[in-house]
Amino acid sequence: MADLATREAYGIALKALGDRNKDVVVLDADLSKSTKTNVFAKAHADRFFNVGIAEQNLMGVAAGLAAAGKIPFVSTFAMFATGRAFEQIRNSICYPRLNVKIAATHAGLTVGEDGASHQSIEDIAIMRVLPNMTVIVPADATETKQVVDFAAGYDGPVYIRLGRAAVPDLFGEAYQFRLGKAIQLIDGSDVTIIACGVMAAPARHAAEKLAAQGVSARVLNMASIKPIDAAAIMDAARDTGALVTCEEHSIIGGLGSAVAEVLAENMPVPLERVGIMDTFGESGTPGELLKKYNLTEEAIVAAAKKVVGRKQA
Amino acid sequence: MGKKLSPDQLCQLAHRAKAIRCHIVSMVTEAKSGHPGGSLSAADILAVLYFAEMNVDPAKAKDADRDRFVLSKGHAAPVLYATLAEKGYLPVEELLTLRKVNSRLQGHPEMKGIPGVDMSTGSLGQGLSAANGMALAGKLDARKYRVYALLGDGELEEGQVWEAAMFAAHYKLDNLTAFVDFNGLQIDGPIAEVLSPLPIPEKWQAFGWHVLIVDGHDYNAIYDAIQQAKAIKDKPTIIVAKTIKGKGVCQMENVADWHGKAPTREECRQFLADLER
Repeated sequence: MADLATREAYGIALKALGDRNKDVVVLDADLSKSTKTNVFAKAHADRFFNVGIAEQNLMGVAAGLAAAGKIPFVSTFAMFATGRAFEQIRNSICYPRLNVKIAATHAGLTVGEDGASHQSIEDIAIMRVLPNMTVIVPADATETKQVVDFAAGYDGPVYIRLGRAAVPDLFGEAYQFRLGKAIQLIDGSDVTIIACGVMAAPARHAAEKLAAQGVSARVLNMASIKPIDAAAIMDAARDTGALVTCEEHSIIGGLGSAVAEVLAENMPVPLERVGIMDTFGESGTPGELLKKYNLTEEAIVAAAKKVVGRKQA
Repeated sequence: MGKKLSPDQLCQLAHRAKAIRCHIVSMVTEAKSGHPGGSLSAADILAVLYFAEMNVDPAKAKDADRDRFVLSKGHAAPVLYATLAEKGYLPVEELLTLRKVNSRLQGHPEMKGIPGVDMSTGSLGQGLSAANGMALAGKLDARKYRVYALLGDGELEEGQVWEAAMFAAHYKLDNLTAFVDFNGLQIDGPIAEVLSPLPIPEKWQAFGWHVLIVDGHDYNAIYDAIQQAKAIKDKPTIIVAKTIKGKGVCQMENVADWHGKAPTREECRQFLADLER
């Protein structure tokens, strides 16, 4: 399967979901061509509503639709969904636990040339902290489709973090997403690399490089950030004794923090976090930015070696 | 004036509104905090909605075809709880648990706890958007229900209100009727002095709404405006209800300080006597 951005996969999956489920309603805030909700809009014009550039009302309308029995999927860029409308998500959606699915695209640095104003690097943190919220970061097209279908069948708010840039196919057609369950991509015994989203593919490549250098790395894809797979994290700590997390998000509050919380309370072992080091991004191509901000397989390899060294110390 | 309530209905509404006002004063006193002024100003609007207009039944609280009410000015929770209790959604005695730990009666309305509360509110500016969603769902499913929302006048300072206003007009939500409780006061003083949202009717008109202006303490006027709103096609209607903050309790009327202050027990006794007169 050719490389495909998770937002592209979302558009296709959402349209197919709409074919099957007449309760699905889609809202967008003037970015439907970018978020790919336009695929749904073309097929189901009567159930697509553009709210204009008004993200606060976007979330509130979704809450009202859900209160009346609909299954609203709302999309805009992650920055504006979770940033501009944070309090609407908190008070109008999460507090009453309404059945709203927020599928936010253009998360992270791979937004690229638009620059820091549009690069959401804190959305996992601020969605994860909300009671009643489920947070999922799919890594490829197959997982995205699975997550969309899962979200439609799950009763409660779900945040789905999607990207702009194309990502390689990681999972075969037989893949089945399960909430709160990590997927092991590679087994290993010296260190465990836990990744999500666009960092899953570099994590796998890093493990291959490490193997060539005599370091056996387990790789887990952790799409379900909340609830997180604490059992898989503790198994990894027990079996490998050292962990590395990698995410296209601030190292504060995201996947790395979620893993650190589980480890610190249950089984403290050395941990290194690969992520954005408490700084804003900038304009550039996605590839250039991932390199500049150390979101690469080389950075993961270096972190793995470092954490293995700490284990032996 | 078009449609009128019968003398019997008017008498009933006066009786209900008085009971609602007495509950408000007692609840807020017992809670030792809360928002009596803006609850009292909206009591007549809620009395007309729940006892003369809305298709709601406590026995079928989640009925898909019921009319909806969103208290966007959620701090007026006492008027909603008191009205729901009078309507039979919850025991009247439970009203005195307002704001106390383990009570269903949260300081601001919480929809999961109490049947009859159609939307959780409290953070100002958010209710009209939710009402939009409910009205839109009604259109999608070709249901006959109507959606009502009550906004504060100070609340109009929130930008989201105007996002929601654009949306409702754009999508021709004629099954949506909103009220503005135009009592002229917010916490820090007169709305015109804090950050003026005036002129109110003209703004809604410019946003594409059908605008009606009524005396928010005149049952016939409120009822007639609701009937007019139901007849308007392709437009949402806003009913700008001129009200008196603290209405019914002389010492509270038009006093901004009574926005968010509880009466003492002695004051409560005086106020209840005032209401009985």
